[in-house]
Amino acid sequence: MRYAETGFNLEVDLTRGNIEKKATDPRETELYLGGLGTNAKILWDRVGPEVTPFSPENLLIFSAGLLCGTPATGCNRTIVSTISPQTELMAFSMMGGFWAPELKYAGYDKVVLRGKSEKLVYLWIHNDTVEIRDASHLAGKGAVETAEQIRQELDQPKAQVAAIGLAGENRVYYASVEQGRSSASRGGIGAVMGDKRVKAIAVRGTKDINLAKPEEFLSLCNEVLAYIKHREDNPIKGVMPILAGLGSPQEMKVHDEKWHTENFMWGNSRTRRKGFWNDDIEKQWTDTLEGARTRLISCFNCPMKCGATISMPGLPTYMMKCFTKLTYTMAAYSDLDFGLRIAQKATEYGLDGFSAPQVMAFALELLEDGILSKDDFPGLPEGNEDRFYYLLDMIVKREGIGDVLAKGTYWAAQEIGNGAEAYAHNTIKKHEQLPLKLSMLNPIYFLMYSIGEKINITQIEGQFPQAPFPKKEHREKFCEDWVQVPHEKFKQYFIDWELRGENSIPYYPTVDMTCDIVEWQEMMHYIDDALGQCAGLSSFPLKPPYHIHNYPKFISSGAGIEMDQEKLTQAAKRYRTLVRAVNIRRGMRRKDEKPPENHWKKRFPELEEKLLDAYYKLKGWNEEGIPTKEALEKMDLGYVADDFIQRGILTDEETADAQKETQTQ
Amino acid sequence: MASKEKEKKTIKTIKIDVDKCNGCRACEVICSSFHASPKYSSNNPARSRIRIIREPLRDIYVPVYAGEYTMAECAGRDKYTIDGKQYDECSFCRASCPSREEFKEPDSGLPLKCDMCEGEDEPLCVKWCLVDALTLEEREEEVEEQEEIEDLEIGLESLADKYGMQTIMDTLARMSTDDKSK
Repeated sequence: MRYAETGFNLEVDLTRGNIEKKATDPRETELYLGGLGTNAKILWDRVGPEVTPFSPENLLIFSAGLLCGTPATGCNRTIVSTISPQTELMAFSMMGGFWAPELKYAGYDKVVLRGKSEKLVYLWIHNDTVEIRDASHLAGKGAVETAEQIRQELDQPKAQVAAIGLAGENRVYYASVEQGRSSASRGGIGAVMGDKRVKAIAVRGTKDINLAKPEEFLSLCNEVLAYIKHREDNPIKGVMPILAGLGSPQEMKVHDEKWHTENFMWGNSRTRRKGFWNDDIEKQWTDTLEGARTRLISCFNCPMKCGATISMPGLPTYMMKCFTKLTYTMAAYSDLDFGLRIAQKATEYGLDGFSAPQVMAFALELLEDGILSKDDFPGLPEGNEDRFYYLLDMIVKREGIGDVLAKGTYWAAQEIGNGAEAYAHNTIKKHEQLPLKLSMLNPIYFLMYSIGEKINITQIEGQFPQAPFPKKEHREKFCEDWVQVPHEKFKQYFIDWELRGENSIPYYPTVDMTCDIVEWQEMMHYIDDALGQCAGLSSFPLKPPYHIHNYPKFISSGAGIEMDQEKLTQAAKRYRTLVRAVNIRRGMRRKDEKPPENHWKKRFPELEEKLLDAYYKLKGWNEEGIPTKEALEKMDLGYVADDFIQRGILTDEETADAQKETQTQ
Repeated sequence: MASKEKEKKTIKTIKIDVDKCNGCRACEVICSSFHASPKYSSNNPARSRIRIIREPLRDIYVPVYAGEYTMAECAGRDKYTIDGKQYDECSFCRASCPSREEFKEPDSGLPLKCDMCEGEDEPLCVKWCLVDALTLEEREEEVEEQEEIEDLEIGLESLADKYGMQTIMDTLARMSTDDKSK
């Protein structure tokens, strides 16, 4: 019997309309766990570097995590993996909500879509009955609207539906997959779904998920619940409120937006507005949110209330979470009322709330600076907010300049030319980032931005405080109950970290310490992404209930796989390297691993090179960021080394040094 | 006839605050897990004895516990409007009944009923509801002592349900006649 996982994937060939239920190899689970790990293995095995994002050979994988559907609190994420049209690298966006557990209860760990349907279709998975159904009547419908309609026409109110809106249908490069209060937004996976002509996947399951050692697993769950209560009652002192508790940043709950509005950039990630927040604005925005928010809501089996139901007067109800609350507002220099209104439309269209507002602000900046002209925007309204609605429609319908803007700032700038490249200034690996511009380089953040392959800072940061506390006694106090550290040395790193002087950024934490900290932070996210655990109870907040010491027990008692800290660390390293291998094979190299030029005012090129060198070395990658043969073989990834050698990415005998020589010739 | 003795009895009540429900369904998970055999060995919300009627876009969140099995469905279905939200009468009904799939084992169709997690300090749905939509209230009530219903009577009652009292009596009469003739 398989525990925690079902042991079956659904393989759907959209071109031929063929559906197969395929048993998976338990050995793969042991090596790559599940979720992101096994997704990476499938993409490595089946999607070569010659496959373009919109070719039928590209796969679109919806995967539950290994522990989704078990009683583990907050373990509900769907990991969606494909080749991204925006980065042309592996995308592994994720969504919480209710979809992944439902898929497990239906009897599957993953849905693997390949090929392309001729007509618009949706997939209906109901335990052992799986159908590809006509969706022509849903063409152009909103993502939320689509989900409701499918539930109604199937007469299945308990079905969970992941759907795209018009943005996905029209292959907008930053189209999302929407699912209730959650969405998988980054990397343009909604565009790949649209390209495959799949409007939605609806699922309903009524089967059991088994546990290997039930009593032990449940006592671990109870410990987690007790710890969540403890953390709720004891918020962390000395950090800003959204970092003091657990969960995703509690944007739907808090009214005080001084920190975001005064520290994040407005417009096309350009302008910091110090002194923006005042009593009048606080009152106005509080009224807006209080009036709009009907309830704070959660994902499956989780007590954290990170999302909300939003009903703006005169608009259909939708659900929201996290920072999309402010992205449209700040891109348009507007207020919260505007932000929540346009987000309703954008959610129905199915768009990434980070990228979309930046693309629109970017377009208006190009117009303002004469790189684009009024002729490029026929019928452009005068009012600023109206212009954002205008651009939203142009982009999603891919009309006029919207057709170019639909590719995101990087590709749009390439096409527009005429100096537009300088305006696409806030991307990493061709993907828009948080609108954040800072003063002094932070070595930890430099590394995370550079080497992150999830290409979103919130999906690699966490665990370690973002800044030192001013007083040593407070830092010591913080370390007292810091059980989550994988090694005691992290406590000392933090205790010795000062705001000013010798032990302050950019040279402290030292290069080696920085590498350790980043490796820990990154590893925890990768573990979450394989297990399906929400980062909000694990890798993202300080002092989370899940950590490297209890995770092995969850895996062994849940999935019945012998596990300890060492073995889990190795597994995470293995599939983390496999993600990199997919991207290396697609051409990613050291030159791509850098934050936006203007992310910090004060840069330290020599230190930055040292940081990259040291991290690559720690990970067993050569100076180009390519995993070495030796490192790969040590991780049971000999097949990757063979492929690299065959393709000339690595040469047979070379060491990291030899590789550098060939690259510089 | 002498009046029966009054005795004190602890009444356990699960208080449901629909305004606090966040719709996460942890109650369904732990309920089905507790009632798995062996205990906790599997979970499956479709087997749960509590169900969240959950319609986020209409802001409807109603936890409902599985109550008695009923053989027949209701004649009419009423609609309730509360705070401007329209609810089907079934939304509040605890019965395992022929008109719907709620509170039945998905495989066998056998009815499910909440047993307040016998043997635990508190029902586990309450323990797992960290948002306090479900809380336990215990109070003492004086009740008239009731004679214990014996197994035989329970068995006879269900036979009567199935075949009708007259058939049972006829059968008993015939059996006792048969017995005498031996």
